[in-house]
Amino acid sequence: MRHRFDVRVGPFGFRVGSDWRAPIAQMEALYAGYPALRDGVADFTVRLSAVRPWRRFVRPSVEIGGDYMLPGAVPLPLRQGLLAAEMAMNLQVALGTRRFLLLHASVVERDGRAVVMTGESGAGKSTLATLLAAHGWRFMGDEFALVDPVTGLLHAFPRAISLKNESVAAARAAWTDARFGPLLTGTPKGDIRHLAPDVRALAAMDTPARPVLLLFPRFGSAADERPVPPAEVFVRLTQASTNYTAMGETGFTALTRLVGGVPAVAIDYPDGATAVAQVEARMALT
Amino acid sequence: MIDAMMLVRALRDPGSVATLDGEGWTALIAMARAEQLIGTLACRLRGLQMPDGVAAILAEAGESAEHGRRVALWEAEMIRRALAPLGCPVVLLKGTAFVAAGLAAGQGRSIGDCDILVPRDRLDAVEAAILAAGWEWVKPDAYDDAYYRRWMHELPPLIHRDRDRMIDIHHTILPPTARPTPDAAALIAGAVPLGNGLAVLSPADMIVHAAAHLFADGDLAGGLRNLWDIDRLVREFCDADGSLYSALAAVAARHGLSEAVDRALRLARRLYQTPVPPQSATDWSDRVFCRRLLARDDWGRPTRPVTRLAFYVRSHWIRMPPLMLARHLWIKWRGQSDTSAGIRSA
Repeated sequence: MRHRFDVRVGPFGFRVGSDWRAPIAQMEALYAGYPALRDGVADFTVRLSAVRPWRRFVRPSVEIGGDYMLPGAVPLPLRQGLLAAEMAMNLQVALGTRRFLLLHASVVERDGRAVVMTGESGAGKSTLATLLAAHGWRFMGDEFALVDPVTGLLHAFPRAISLKNESVAAARAAWTDARFGPLLTGTPKGDIRHLAPDVRALAAMDTPARPVLLLFPRFGSAADERPVPPAEVFVRLTQASTNYTAMGETGFTALTRLVGGVPAVAIDYPDGATAVAQVEARMALT
Repeated sequence: MIDAMMLVRALRDPGSVATLDGEGWTALIAMARAEQLIGTLACRLRGLQMPDGVAAILAEAGESAEHGRRVALWEAEMIRRALAPLGCPVVLLKGTAFVAAGLAAGQGRSIGDCDILVPRDRLDAVEAAILAAGWEWVKPDAYDDAYYRRWMHELPPLIHRDRDRMIDIHHTILPPTARPTPDAAALIAGAVPLGNGLAVLSPADMIVHAAAHLFADGDLAGGLRNLWDIDRLVREFCDADGSLYSALAAVAARHGLSEAVDRALRLARRLYQTPVPPQSATDWSDRVFCRRLLARDDWGRPTRPVTRLAFYVRSHWIRMPPLMLARHLWIKWRGQSDTSAGIRSA
């Protein structure tokens, strides 16, 4: 393709091709400091192409393509090209991965002990992971927790953090020297701004961690917490997984092992600072 | 210009991948995924020297194909249970048949819908039993439904409400409007029982069906995979029974599919070096078919839009007489503009 960017994020190498220079330039800036492909091989190919040849110039519109595609995916305007690339990268991992059980979750780690935070969109997964990273935790990812079915360990997938709407300001306040991508307004998910993970997250991206706490955060109520029984955790995590069914027995074994071995807590939090205190207090007990 | 020849080469001669660099592997993997041959490639390259990252990708593809095989067999079993009370023959077709019969063509193969063949005079009973067992119509559109029932070789597609798997119920292997008319009763009468109440086509019929599916129906999408099926079937059956090759010509003639079968063998020989005797004359149009089959670039993108369009037009042309085609396209086009008008006014 005309323009190209290769990058490795944790275990996955990506080859991103584009009909336009702009999304590639934005990726180069956001993913500065990431490692090169292993042996020059990309696990996944992503393509950002014009819907029709002339749409490269006239009202440019980005069609999201790659090894794995969703039929009927809506094209994005070129000014949201970076978002298109991010969505396409996530889609490849979500649909193509079989070596890890994937959970839609954010993960942070300290002293080799990892906290997995999952919940519906808007629960605050990305924001909480960002705030905890500002408090000295290692950021392992805000999109997928990768559960190794052989070892039970979590592998990092520290992609650029996708912050929505108000959480951009919260992250900026907590993390003054952060490197941000462009502000993408009016996307299907509202205003989005990507944040580059810190140097530590990149340096340790190949170091897995042991899961010790499963957290179901919920933003917007007074501080509260309650244990979540294993059966409920199991069902919620099957819903949070993009490849549980496709992994068959391996997925079932990996998930039951995780649910059986790791305590799960639902927390309500009114603001970021309270949530960080709640997580740290909870981890002190674990 | 880069085309899918590198994928064909890797499949027919696995040793050829020894010279690939990172860039070459990346291209090969993207092409194989796009052509739905990644599982097959994984099986073919198993045990060869390759970078660790490639080994991990192919191991995933192999696992994925194995899972697909299990799911396909389970779906066949669900269909068997739903249809058992009818006592009518149920013949598995294509991918599900290959894995159910343990054929080489099934190794690593991606399997989508479950295709079955049943006698035409039992079609109503089969439909009722399948609907009672939890399958539902995929496209509840009156025109499509009427079109399928009147002109197609299969019922409109059905999907199972719990398992989310599609079933295509055929009563013959080509649309009745197509020029060749296969002998569906002979296909069913000659089918080989699997011992569990299901059956697969006889070896010669299986090759004829694969050729019909590839060259007498459809626009050659997924053609490299379908041609690979033919290569594997011919190699396996001709190894087991040297007389099959001569019987094949007679069987193809009976179904009116000699042209499709001859073309399949010529192209399989040309691309996959299938060991069949060289044909008397190579058809000039084989080169055009190869151009279409190989129209895929190193990014996994479809290429050669004009050739693709020509084969798309051909697929309709060979499927129905001209006037009927015109009427069909008119209704489809009008339906499409109605839909977009609906979207605009919404």
